[in-house]
Amino acid sequence: MLKDQDRIFTNVYGLHDWGLKGAMQRGQWDGTKAILEKGRDWIIEQMKASGLRGRGGAGFPTGLKWSFMPKEVGERPHYLVVNADESEPGTCKDREILRHDPHHLVEGCLIAGFAMRAHTAFIYVRGEFIRERERLQAAIDQAYEAKLIGKNNKNGWDFDIIVHHGAGAYICGEETALLESLEGKKGQPRLKPPFPANVGLYGCPSTVNNVESIAVAPTILRRGASWFSGLGKPNNTGTKLFAISGHVERPCVVEEEMGIPFRELVERHCGGIRGGWDNLKAIIPGGSSVPLLPASECDELDMDFDTLRGKQSGLGTAAVIVMDKSTDVIKAIARIAYFYKHESCGQCTPCREGTGWMWRVMERMARGEAQKSEIDTLFNVTKQVEGHTICALGDAAAWPIQGLIRHFRPEIEQRIDEFTRNAKPAEAPLAAAE
Amino acid sequence: MAKLIVDGKEIEVPAEYTLLQACEEAGAEVPRFCFHDRLSIAGNCRMCLVEVKGGPPKPTASCAMSVRDLRPGPNGEPPVVETKSPMVKKAREGVMEFLLINHPLDCPICDQGGECDLQDQAMAYGIDASRFHENKRAVEDKYIGPLVKTIMTRCIHCTRCVRFTTEVAGISELGLIGRGEDAEITTYLEAALTSELQGNVIDLCPVGALTSKPYAFKARPWELTKTESVDVMDAVGSAIRVDTRGREVMRVLPRLNEAVNEEWISDKTRFIFDGLKTQRLDRPYVKVEGKFKAADWNTAFDAIAAKLKGVDGKRIGAIAGDMASVEEMFALKQLLESLGSPNMDCRQDGAALSPAFGRSSYLFNSTIDGIEDADAILIIGSNPRKEASVLNARIRKRWRRGDLKIGVIGEQADLTYDYDFLGAGPQSLADLVAGKLAFAEVLKTAERPLIIVGQGALARKDGAAVLSNAAKLAKAVGALSDDWNGFNVLHTAAARVGGLDIGFVPGEGGLGTADIMQAAGKGDLDVVFLLGADEIDMTQFGDALVVYIGTHGDAGAHRADIILPGAAYTEKSGLFVNTEGRVQATSRAAFPPGDAREDWAILRALSAKLGKTLGYDSLAALRTVLFAEFPHMAELDEIAPGNAADVGKITAGGARLGSDPFMSPVRDFYLTNPIARASAIMAQCSALAAERALDAAE
Repeated sequence: MLKDQDRIFTNVYGLHDWGLKGAMQRGQWDGTKAILEKGRDWIIEQMKASGLRGRGGAGFPTGLKWSFMPKEVGERPHYLVVNADESEPGTCKDREILRHDPHHLVEGCLIAGFAMRAHTAFIYVRGEFIRERERLQAAIDQAYEAKLIGKNNKNGWDFDIIVHHGAGAYICGEETALLESLEGKKGQPRLKPPFPANVGLYGCPSTVNNVESIAVAPTILRRGASWFSGLGKPNNTGTKLFAISGHVERPCVVEEEMGIPFRELVERHCGGIRGGWDNLKAIIPGGSSVPLLPASECDELDMDFDTLRGKQSGLGTAAVIVMDKSTDVIKAIARIAYFYKHESCGQCTPCREGTGWMWRVMERMARGEAQKSEIDTLFNVTKQVEGHTICALGDAAAWPIQGLIRHFRPEIEQRIDEFTRNAKPAEAPLAAAE
Repeated sequence: MAKLIVDGKEIEVPAEYTLLQACEEAGAEVPRFCFHDRLSIAGNCRMCLVEVKGGPPKPTASCAMSVRDLRPGPNGEPPVVETKSPMVKKAREGVMEFLLINHPLDCPICDQGGECDLQDQAMAYGIDASRFHENKRAVEDKYIGPLVKTIMTRCIHCTRCVRFTTEVAGISELGLIGRGEDAEITTYLEAALTSELQGNVIDLCPVGALTSKPYAFKARPWELTKTESVDVMDAVGSAIRVDTRGREVMRVLPRLNEAVNEEWISDKTRFIFDGLKTQRLDRPYVKVEGKFKAADWNTAFDAIAAKLKGVDGKRIGAIAGDMASVEEMFALKQLLESLGSPNMDCRQDGAALSPAFGRSSYLFNSTIDGIEDADAILIIGSNPRKEASVLNARIRKRWRRGDLKIGVIGEQADLTYDYDFLGAGPQSLADLVAGKLAFAEVLKTAERPLIIVGQGALARKDGAAVLSNAAKLAKAVGALSDDWNGFNVLHTAAARVGGLDIGFVPGEGGLGTADIMQAAGKGDLDVVFLLGADEIDMTQFGDALVVYIGTHGDAGAHRADIILPGAAYTEKSGLFVNTEGRVQATSRAAFPPGDAREDWAILRALSAKLGKTLGYDSLAALRTVLFAEFPHMAELDEIAPGNAADVGKITAGGARLGSDPFMSPVRDFYLTNPIARASAIMAQCSALAAERALDAAE
């Protein structure tokens, strides 16, 4: 279990002052100038050495990502873009940062911006996060006022932060769609390559990072890469905000060490599974887009990128959705399928056509109104979507269904059997005529 | 150059090639829907997936991946691309299935049937049956104008139409709204498109979502006879294909000609075909006591011969219209010369252009392709969007590439690109020549300045002065070097350059268009031949006998005393020289209606009646004589370049500049010639455009 002194987000529950004064009392903005003075290479080296993997879901090493930016600023300025479009069902960790610990993010922006030679950061906030945006803006205003950022600030690196409010589309959380949306266009993912580090926002070199990845950076640099890499497991280092929702006694967002066993996570922080451990049916370990895992896999389950990948799932955003035995898991996945059908941007064929197809079949399966052979067809369709699309939304739509079929096939078949058994012959047309 | 291995074959291609291009270079066929050579890359249909070895274990969209971005093998081996591997086959089948699940299988009632990319590729790359048991999506059809019919349920969201209209046509009126499976292509408010190039979306649409409204349910592609020809609606000379069934022209499609129209044609070119069927002159007529009486050829010829008997050649005149081919003008010229008349003119608008100064004084010397090399453009007295829509698209294409300043003297119209408006009339031109305007510096510093002089600046009293000032300017800014002739005349009539080339202009002491009309009005001319000339004031011919040789019952035929029915451009083989000086030939796709004959043959027959028999009995023989006199006419699809120094000769000419603003001669894009004025579709478009103009004025 994570010791209190190792916590980065010390005000995640909003018990203390979120503002600059409180943040400074908690150690933020401490020696920022000294960090910058150590130079870009040192910062990037430290970030690499810390082993921090992107907290947005894909787990790409953050230090490495920063190092992709051009070494010199050419004709085009560099931009840092922070992805605060947290819209994945089940995920609510960035929200807590924005609400209660926004200065982590503001300071992180300055350091990350300095490291990648950007004088401007854009923070793209999810459309539904209205109060959160206000809080973030207030924190930024405080920082401006205290001359921590802005022109000729105390830290010696001119830096502006612009908060942009999205309109509430899930797809705008995809990094290139986010850039499109930020530019004022329709949020549709771009083709890669070119990658944003070469051609990003307004055609300029840009890096898009998750809120949490940026927010943890100052603390890592203050306390040293070895401190961060000493936590967690090899290649899955550090601390992570877990958001546990669903059928636990006390759903919560909690900062924990990477690789904490799932059982320890729920029992220590959430009061256990509703109705006891044996009542667990399945979990979705990383936000709606990763395949679910049945209870049988959860006894010895370390919550980190590599372990979960090994189990054909993923850590994603570490938003754990817990489902107990009262859950209609087929219906649950059907609902997720509906979400992806609704949020598909419609640009490329497999996702546009596939998400609707998968959802409709899932809805029938939830009722049992299907043929058993359709389970294989559905699985095949998910495979036809996966990996064939421009962005990862296609994959995200396919994986939950794949997980369901992989682990709960008997239940689907049982549902179909029940439906077939109870199927009534069509009502006599006369009944309607009467 | 970069090496890569496609399907086991090692090839070397430029590094900026896309994988799709590289695969094609290697001879591999890659299916696609959204990708189009001339449009930006969307990468959204996912049909062109190929397998790149060594990369992530998923297929790559080949249209969007450049060869440069491929990583070589661990020991520097060239990257390996597979287009026929099981992974690719499966991926294509998957995409094909997705495309078809919501596509209505209404091929039997779809106009695209038989020339449908989706149909073809489904046969080649799809699987036999669908596994989709849900209800199909239905999408409401949208009204986007009288030319393009929409059946939106068929749409596969490739966005080619959206990209074409925004990129090439320069109007942001078509877009994709909604998201996911609710995404729809629409004009937002269901207003008609305003582009003169909108018909091209019909060709671009890979399915039957956008089809030709006038052609709807008229024919199937396999029952049409395809004839390759050239368009005569404007002086661009777009390459077209005329599709006929029996004697009827069913539709007109573009043909590829990189040098001229790429693969676009204007709406007038495409949708004029119904004008070929209405208002046609299908037999000779002779006016008796103010009323036309149907006649046979001999009666008509006799009437002309009777009138011409004993008439002095000086009392005969001839004006050639905008769509006359070189051969018939040549025949008419020879006939008039044999009758002793020097009174002829091919410039019915009275433009101040003359073959006397050499070819480059009236050609679009830079060539249309050359527009792409220009780095500064000045447009004088022209609205290329209306006068030569396809050429305008070329200017826009160059403009989109950036680093191009465009200046306009004349009308301040929406040309689909930004320009500096320098003034409305000749005074601004004079200021520019005098170096008083900042744009003069732009032209001077440009390496390849391009000056376009339109008929709006030439067909006026001070036309010669405007022409000479433009030439002066060209000379002053260095547009007339050995390797770059940036002096360009943009014509509006397909016949004009051909007419000037063969000297269908007043001979020694002869009369030009205005003089012919004046002389006829005064009674100094007895007979006037109008070779398809309709755009002149017909009330001015006085009592002269007007012989109209042409195709449509338009202004000329109404005034005429004798009508000799000719053949339209789809009904004859004829040479036309486009504004660049490129000699091109139309082909006969159908026969002229009724008794109508090819114009040169009419003139040949008439000449025999007049006792001045022309020395050829066939078109081939006529051409032999023509080629002997004008050798460059024999070089089809070639431009005999003018001499840049000739432009220098016109700098001296011209009296004082006037003060009237330049006006484009094309007031209504849709009604510029007799065929267009006979077309119901064009009338509809014209009415719509007029309505729009009225709305805009309010």
